Amino acid sequence: MKELDYPFDSRYIIKKKKSLKRELLAADTKYIDKKIAVLGGSTTHDIAAILELFLLNFGIRAQIYESEYNQFWEDVMFDNPELTEFAPDIIYIHTTNRNITFPKIGMSADEVKSLLDGDYNRFCAMWEKAQNTYHCPIIQNNFEFPTYRILGNSDCVNAAGSVNYINTLNARFAAYAREHKDFYIEDIQYLSASYGLDAWADPLYWHMYKYALSMEAIPTLSYSVACIIKSIYGKNKKALTLDLDNTLWGGIVGDDGPENLAIGPETSMGQVYGEFQEYIKSHKDIGVILTVDSKNDYENAIAGLNHPDSVLHPDDFVVIKANWDPKSKNLADTAAELNLLPESFVFVDDNPAEREIIKAQIPGVAVPEIGEVENYIRAIDHAGYFEVTNLSADDAKRNEMYKANAQRAALEATFSDYGQYLDSLEMTGVIKNFEPVFLDRIAQLTNKSNQFNLTTKRYSRAEIEEVAGSDEYIDLYGKLIDKFGDNGVVSVVIGHKNKDVLDMDLWIMSCRVLKRDMEFAMMDELVAAAKAAGLRKIMGYYYPTAKNNMVRDFYERMGFSKVSEDGEGNTTWEFNLTDEYTNQNSHIKVNAVNQ
Amino acid sequence: MTREEVYERLNAVFADVFDDDELTVNDETTAADVDGWDSLMHITLIDAVEEEFDFSFDMKTIVKLKNVGEMVDVILEETE
Repeated sequence: MKELDYPFDSRYIIKKKKSLKRELLAADTKYIDKKIAVLGGSTTHDIAAILELFLLNFGIRAQIYESEYNQFWEDVMFDNPELTEFAPDIIYIHTTNRNITFPKIGMSADEVKSLLDGDYNRFCAMWEKAQNTYHCPIIQNNFEFPTYRILGNSDCVNAAGSVNYINTLNARFAAYAREHKDFYIEDIQYLSASYGLDAWADPLYWHMYKYALSMEAIPTLSYSVACIIKSIYGKNKKALTLDLDNTLWGGIVGDDGPENLAIGPETSMGQVYGEFQEYIKSHKDIGVILTVDSKNDYENAIAGLNHPDSVLHPDDFVVIKANWDPKSKNLADTAAELNLLPESFVFVDDNPAEREIIKAQIPGVAVPEIGEVENYIRAIDHAGYFEVTNLSADDAKRNEMYKANAQRAALEATFSDYGQYLDSLEMTGVIKNFEPVFLDRIAQLTNKSNQFNLTTKRYSRAEIEEVAGSDEYIDLYGKLIDKFGDNGVVSVVIGHKNKDVLDMDLWIMSCRVLKRDMEFAMMDELVAAAKAAGLRKIMGYYYPTAKNNMVRDFYERMGFSKVSEDGEGNTTWEFNLTDEYTNQNSHIKVNAVNQ
Repeated sequence: MTREEVYERLNAVFADVFDDDELTVNDETTAADVDGWDSLMHITLIDAVEEEFDFSFDMKTIVKLKNVGEMVDVILEETE
């Protein structure tokens, strides 16, 4: 819904929140349901209501629990049957500098430190209690700067200065977040600065309504929380698709010639495009895929990207579509080639007409109104498309992985026999029980996989850890390596033991290794593990969603027989372990000793 | 702006905020007369009125408002 896409009109959202919610709930969207506890140090009514709207817009239908006014700490620290019964999937703790004790001028450094320890320990105890009680991710915002500074500029220097106090406390919050899984900081120190501190908090709202933020700032706060939550549930965008002329450089390469483009340090216009290219290139490090979608002759596009001052080069892009086809067709083709959904894309083009075509033709693609070149970065950055919650080592390599995929596709075309092709990839697999180093990636995969996903069950990092540590489960991760590179962890299966039956909770695989027989390798290992555990049967479940049609017949392919199917297409399958089993994978060498 | 013109725009604001196109208010209307007009929706309402008429209430005014008629008085005064 465009009213809720960044940049949004805050006052419009506030005024229309009731009807916006009604329209979103009436829309034919397949929502995922999540329970979110908002624990506040101020009145959080509108924060929660508007958070709910942004989450709906991200495809998440939230049920919300709100603490009573300023009961955030008590709600966690003391027995709370209501919250226990609610069983939150996420806890958001919204506190502000109204909830901490500022030092008094004249206090010694030691006195300030003990005051700070007091504030910090109070929060720390609450986070630990919350994590131990509710086993779910926690989002805690840090603190905005105070509205006044008794010491003026020295307030950030003097031990007893309020600005210094906030800076120190925020640094400790950040350190805690670095050391703890499933704990995320919402950086309102940055948000309020970017928004304008004086506009962020309105004393009238505090004294009248106990709102720590001004009404107009609330959507900005809620949007930022929504970005963290959608990121946790794997709803980030995955790819940036870029136009070239007047988007990545000034000028038109086909008309002006590559030597005359505005790019590089020589001119102001060249510099501003150079900075934008740097910004785009940095996205590779967080695992965002870059592609080109440009109306150009291919040779001209490549010549532009090979400009000596161009920061981005042809090999920074996984796919380059430079032709005269409609851009919507190019984008749809790119999505299909990469096995990504169109809604995973952000389309960046300076031309409003091209943006309109994409919006109209491919619903779900994010199409930011980027304005003039000097504003491109801000328009993309503040939208939070790629909000980072877990940065895994795989992320930085994602572009390489997708590029290796393209090479494999080229190789595939040279073989007439598919089995021969698979053998030529010289694949080796590692399929083992969950191991500590991979828990992040495993949790990430359970939240990102939509297509090759039988049950679409999501796991937090804490839940994965629980599965890994328990005898009640059979859990396997699969890693696939071939001659073009290491694909990393690409498949996860989890089943729980129910007497002598293994009930499959989860079977997922990354689409980047489709048709490589990895699923058969996983099946072979699963059967071996289940037999070793003395089980007699595996029960598989398929729950259809808008996205997982490709695995509707998966269990049949694996050799299961269908037990039942209900009116909604949910199917149940069984596999008998007492029969002789012959391994189905013959192309991947699994768990070879010399690895 | 006449009182009638204020009401025309104010009714639209009420309809938006309370998501009820049929809703109309008059001088005597109070929070008790409108479904959903609690202290929290009051905040939304004040904000939406400020946006519509492009001014800000100060605190001492907000705390004194007793009914819609008094709100309209303030709007007329502020937009003169």
